Amino acid sequence: MGKTIAEKILSDHSRIDAHAGDIVIADLDFMIGQDGTSGVAIDSFRKMSAKKVFDPKKIAIIIDHSSPSPNEGVSAIHKKIREFSKEQGILLYDIGCGVCHQLTPEQGHVVPGDLVIGADSHTCTYGAINVFSTGIGSTDLAAGMISGKLWFKVPETIKAVFVGKLPKGVYSKDLILNFIGKIGADGATYMALEIEGSTIDDLSVDARFTISNMAIECGAKAGLMKADKKVMEWVKGHSKRAPKPVEADKDAQYKKMVEIDVAKLEPQIAKPHTVDNVCSVSEVAGTPIQQGFIGTCTNGRLEDFQIAAKILKGEKVDPNCRLIIAPSSKDILLAMIKDGTYQTLLDAGAVAVTPGCGPCVGTHNGVPSDGENVISTANRNFKGRMGNPNAFIYLGSPATVAASVIEGKIADPRKYL
Amino acid sequence: MRGKAWKFGNNIDTDLIIPARYLNTHDPVELARHCMEDADPNWIKKTGKGDFIVGGDNFGCGSSREHAPIAIKAAGVSAVIARSFARIFYRNAINIGLPILESAKAAEEIKEGDQIEVELASGTIRDLTTGKSYQAQPFPEFMQKIIDAGGLIGYLKAKTA
Repeated sequence: MGKTIAEKILSDHSRIDAHAGDIVIADLDFMIGQDGTSGVAIDSFRKMSAKKVFDPKKIAIIIDHSSPSPNEGVSAIHKKIREFSKEQGILLYDIGCGVCHQLTPEQGHVVPGDLVIGADSHTCTYGAINVFSTGIGSTDLAAGMISGKLWFKVPETIKAVFVGKLPKGVYSKDLILNFIGKIGADGATYMALEIEGSTIDDLSVDARFTISNMAIECGAKAGLMKADKKVMEWVKGHSKRAPKPVEADKDAQYKKMVEIDVAKLEPQIAKPHTVDNVCSVSEVAGTPIQQGFIGTCTNGRLEDFQIAAKILKGEKVDPNCRLIIAPSSKDILLAMIKDGTYQTLLDAGAVAVTPGCGPCVGTHNGVPSDGENVISTANRNFKGRMGNPNAFIYLGSPATVAASVIEGKIADPRKYL
Repeated sequence: MRGKAWKFGNNIDTDLIIPARYLNTHDPVELARHCMEDADPNWIKKTGKGDFIVGGDNFGCGSSREHAPIAIKAAGVSAVIARSFARIFYRNAINIGLPILESAKAAEEIKEGDQIEVELASGTIRDLTTGKSYQAQPFPEFMQKIIDAGGLIGYLKAKTA
């Protein structure tokens, strides 16, 4: 019987002929933690009476969620992480390096065919470069750090095929928001997604990361794509490791196959307070906005800021509105400075914060006030997500956020392009 | 285990269970103080030791933060019953030893305030208020071993001892 990408990678790493439903214990190629989850992982590591990690080169901790530290409680967690990293000789990306899900592929730690875990739910991001990567909790990370292995239930797979050319002003963010709106917040729970089609082929690797990043928002364990020529070139430019690309067999068994034509797709918005509460921008256009945010592991890459800068060039952020930007890594920040994107955004009135998660998770860098509306390029709009349960978060593409902050209300970006 | 049912809806996410703004500590007692705060700010004052949380679909969706099941356990909740659980929460709950039970019927029919009794070994849920009984989905054998050991730490310790 043919196999899906998930079945192949998990078979390969467990040396078992595994199919959906099987439980396997598999070797891990890389694993990450961040400052929100690694403190608990370090505690679990100690409670398991472990002395040494299995391989310090295959473990990275990234301080990105509350970075630099906003209070003494977080400072104590950061100190614990720094001391543990030094003691164990593992990789540490300290404040200002960037978001874990940008750094892990950008710094060349993962390549096609890998099996990767991360104590962060958006670890599924690297599916865009053909990596089976999935979010786990802190105790699983501790077990992985000690043994280099973890148990997995081999997931069933939903195949999503996207066809048609994305219209002007419509981006990969709109595509994935639309998909989540259709399938629902638990539409792919316990399952993997295989995402392909001519629309995906046309996208840059950066734009593909946006899609795989949000696989978890419909419950998926992984959001896998093929390693095409673009991926192979991208990986070659970022990593010295040898890729082992994996393709699904022609006769692979899928739980479900869906085909979606995006040729007529409009810019999409996820309304408060769930990611699957999706509509076209026209439905909510005019809603007053007090804060815009461009950044995160979903949409904080160079081309995201270039798109925003194109719209904001010569424009000003509405005086009743703020715009916060957080590049996803220091390399991205430097590239933005070099090509003038940074200057354009600052001239328009953007406020830049440290490369990292920025205000996405509500620990610092721009907590909205009661009753305020935020439009953000992040992946979640849960109640309280940005630090205030009485605020309202709308999600959209960088273009939609840029257009909205010019008007101080939710706006269709297409008129600016 | 026996206690009162507290009903929550569908898609109870980890930000509702424990907002990130409180993740400046790993102290379970401190985390419990803010458990479910953004879903119902008064719940932590009302809930009693041994009570049950009854959720709908996709309970625990969102972040990978293990603080979520830790906070629920430290709040004195004896088990979470739901129609379905999000994958990472499901795994984290098992790893830290918070009992979870998947039963669509129980999640639908149990009402807030009902007296509930659960037998974990058999997965039987009894609503003592209505007299109805429900059978939760059994766990795969491998997971049951982790649950029996009180979580992954206990399981690995027992294995290496």
